[in-house]
Formats: sequence, structure tokens, C-alpha cells
Amino acid sequence: MSTGAPSRTVPRGTFARLQNSIADVGELTLQVVGGLGDITLFAWRMLAWLFTRLPRRDTLVANMYTIGVQSLPVVAVIGTFTGMVLAVQSYNQFRAFGLETQLGGVIDKSMFRELGPVLAATMLAGRVGSAMAAELGTMRVTEQIDALSAMGANPVQYLVVPRFLSCLLLIPSLTVMAMFMGVAGGYFYCVSIIGIDSHHYLTNARRVVENWDLFYGIVKSFFFGASIGIISCYRGFNCQPGAEGVGRAATTSFVYSFVIIIILDLLLSIMLDQIYMAIWDTGPTLFGR
Amino acid sequence: MVAAAPLIDVEHLNVRFGRQHVLRDITLSVPRGQTLAIIGESGCGKTVLLKTIIGLIPPTSGRIVFDGRPLADLPEREISDLRTRFGFVFQNAALFDSLTVSENILFPLKQHDRGQPAEHERAMVGLLTEVGLPKTVLSKRPAELSGGMRKRVGLARALIMRPEVVLYDEPTTGLDPIMTDVINELMIRTRERYEVTSVIVTHDMTTARKVADRVVMLYPLGRLASDESQILYDGPPEGLDKSKDRRVTQFVRGEAGDRMTELSEQGEE
Repeated sequence: MSTGAPSRTVPRGTFARLQNSIADVGELTLQVVGGLGDITLFAWRMLAWLFTRLPRRDTLVANMYTIGVQSLPVVAVIGTFTGMVLAVQSYNQFRAFGLETQLGGVIDKSMFRELGPVLAATMLAGRVGSAMAAELGTMRVTEQIDALSAMGANPVQYLVVPRFLSCLLLIPSLTVMAMFMGVAGGYFYCVSIIGIDSHHYLTNARRVVENWDLFYGIVKSFFFGASIGIISCYRGFNCQPGAEGVGRAATTSFVYSFVIIIILDLLLSIMLDQIYMAIWDTGPTLFGR
Repeated sequence: MVAAAPLIDVEHLNVRFGRQHVLRDITLSVPRGQTLAIIGESGCGKTVLLKTIIGLIPPTSGRIVFDGRPLADLPEREISDLRTRFGFVFQNAALFDSLTVSENILFPLKQHDRGQPAEHERAMVGLLTEVGLPKTVLSKRPAELSGGMRKRVGLARALIMRPEVVLYDEPTTGLDPIMTDVINELMIRTRERYEVTSVIVTHDMTTARKVADRVVMLYPLGRLASDESQILYDGPPEGLDKSKDRRVTQFVRGEAGDRMTELSEQGEE
């Protein structure tokens, strides 16, 4: 008796090729829909555990240390240099119009609303997300996840919930730090290196930047943190066997997280702008006044 | 004499992974206190059967009944509680890399909030002595241990909850002959001291003959006729050599036989 998969015959003729292409599209669609359903169920199980039983304090603290504390230096460097690069790139354009002192407002607003959250999240998806996917993937491949289940522990509750919580709480904190390091970096370059007047730089920045901008970035970072946590853990949990499987889990976790961050960035920007306009009545919203 | 009531019942079990059929219509009972060895070629589904017994792999059809309770009827929380009655020794020990040896051994107790820390300590040291490991290993990480030491730590972790059933997945694979015998002796001692029921997946015939009361041999479905049972042999270890099925005697004696020809033909395809 043969249990092998039936071999797919190579069709001949235009109609057969078309038929085959439609089958391929159908297969891909099923894979995408199945994958989305799978990750949704995974997230649902994780949320159910989150509200049923909180992780042990030692597990949570260990994860927070790895995800949060160990990421501090690299996030600080990224934030500072992003602010400085923004200053370098904008300076010539602003100087052409005699608006150098407006740089503070532009740099700070960009750091709060866009560059801080997106760059910090992208960097953390690479540093933290890939590491989590690789770690969980290795645990899957070496049967450590099976061992957890065999001992009556729930792997989602023990492994995923603390990582998700750490991402959800610490990625926004790291983002806030990246924002302020960027603001400081921009100020340092503009005032100390280019020699823009500090008083005017700060006055213009204060006039342009609102608390809402800080809130805007923080809201985004919560969504980014949650996405990184879920996607990385999901990829690690569903790792294929072998070293190649672990490598693939780490890579795909970063790629998927990055794509989701960019998509969410657009959607959240639209949503938050609409909320701002609706609350403070500053202009027409997508849905009319 | 009244036969002991079965502790584990496997009833018409089928397991498929996508299009691949791994276990077909497996039915067997394991009475309380018995040591059953499941043997067979690589890829015949031995480990899948072991993981299905403890509910790590859901059956496609059929059921597993443990102590009169079908696993499929139990909610997740009850399955978790029921698993505390099992100990599982994994092929490569599956110790948690990020924890020390003592944290690994105590993990099940802490996870289920059983006993006091002082009792934990006593139980751990007692088990460590039983499996022949010095106290100095307690602070080490699994990566610092040899294969044999990892297996023994895995056994200590499996026994810390005083299980009724111990499942061993290839307990002697990758070990030298002396360490293999040490593990065999530990399995025998575990059965005698704790009166556990044991299921051992192995292709080491020395282990099967020395430790088991009963041997079941599985055969890969890919090389089996559709009307044949996947269980080629079910009986005492002494009967293996007398089996009339050539596939059984060939496996037991470790003879390649016509497998070389089969493999060459597959290679040509």
C-alpha cells in the first residue's frame, strides 16, 4: 500500500495551464486564510490565558529584563541618531527659506508621531522578535514545548503570555525613550553643531508640538508591541524541524512584524487624525464634519 | 486469577498528518504495573503513539482511555491535572535550556504548587541520588551535562511528581553500552520502587529484552498491505525470536535482508 502524496500531473494546453494557475491561486488563498485563522486562534488562546491566570512574577521579570532592559542601549543610539539625521536632512531645505529655527518643531513632531514609534518598533522586531521566535522555535524542535505540556503546564500560558506582556508594556516605554533621545539628538545637532539659536528653536518646537503628538506615538507603539509579541511567538511555536526551520522562524517573524508595523502605521495614522479632527474640530474628517 | 484492569486503553487509534497516515487502527491495553516496550523501525509511529497516549497529539479517530476516562471527553484543565499522573522521559531529555538542573527537576512541583520548599529539596536530592548524579550538577545548566547525565536528570524530573505511568521515548539512544545498561537498570529500579506502569519506545533490543514484560512491534504503514495489522508482534520478549513473521525476526536480529534491494529500488525511482 502506498501512502505517498498523489503526484500532480503536468497539464498540457492553454486551458489546462489556466486551470492549474487557478488551482495555485486557490491553494495560496487557502494558505493565507488558514494562516490568518490560525494566528487569530493563537492570539485568542493567549488572551484567554492572560485574563485567566497571570504569569509567575519571576518568569515575567526575566522576560521584561531581556526585552526591555537589554534593549535600552541600542534603542537610545537609534533614537539619538535618527533625530540627528533628520536635522541634517532638513537643515538645507529650511535654511533656503530662512526657517532654520522651525527645525525643532519638525524634528520633534516627526519623532513623536512617526519616526520614534516606527523605527523603535522595527528595531525591536529585529532584536527582540527574532530572538523570541528563534528561542521558541528551538524549544519546539528540541521537544521542550512538548515537555511543558507533558508536565501539565500550558505552553501558551507559560511561554507566550509573559513575552506578550513584556512586549506590550516595554516596547511603548522604549519608544518613549527613543522619541526623547531623537528630540535630544536633533537639538544637539541644530544648536551645538549648526549653531541655531536655542531660544527660538525651543520656542518654535513648543508652539508646534502638542501633548496629542506624544499620545499619538504611544498609542501606535502599543499596537506595534502587541503585534511583535504575537507574531514572533506564533512563528516560534509553529517552527518547522531542524536548524533551517528555526532560522526561517526568526526571519519570517521579523518580515511579518515589519509588514504589519507599516500597515498598522498607516491605519492608525488615519484613525488618530480622524479622532483629533473630530474632537478638536480642526477640519473635515473622512466622514464629513 | 483475575487479570489486572487496564490502566491505558488504546482503541482503534488512527493518526494522520495531512495525507500521511502514521497509525492505523491500533488497539492495545496496558495493565497497571506492566512494562511495555514498543519496538519497530524508524518512522513506524512509535513516538507518535507515545505522544498520543498522553494527549500531545490528537488522534484522527479512535480514542485513548486512561484509568477508565476517555481523554477526548476531558476539558483542558482536567487533562493538565491528569498529566501529573504521567512522567515523560524524552529522547534528548528536553530539559529547559534556560533553567538550571535543580529548577528543571523541581519545575513540575512548582508548576502545580505541590508541597513545601523543604520537601521539594528533600525529594530532589533523594531522586538525584537514585539516578546516580552528584549534588554538584544542581546548579549547572543542561548544556554543561553529558548525554547520559541529561537523560538521568530527565528521569529525575519525570519521577518528581511520583507518577503512576512513566513513558520513555528512546531512553538509550545515543548512549554508550555502559550508560545504556545504567539507564536500563534505572528503569527496572523505578518500576520496582514506585510500582509504576511503563511504556518504553525503543529500537534497542537489549533494552526491550531486559526491561519489558511485554513487547509490541509496529511496522511502517507504507510497507504494509491495506488489510494487515500494523502490530506485527504482541507478546513476551522471549517469544520475539520464535515469531513466524520474518519481518519480526529480521528486526530483532538486526538483519538488513531484502531492505537493501528495496532501498536501491526507491533510490532509482
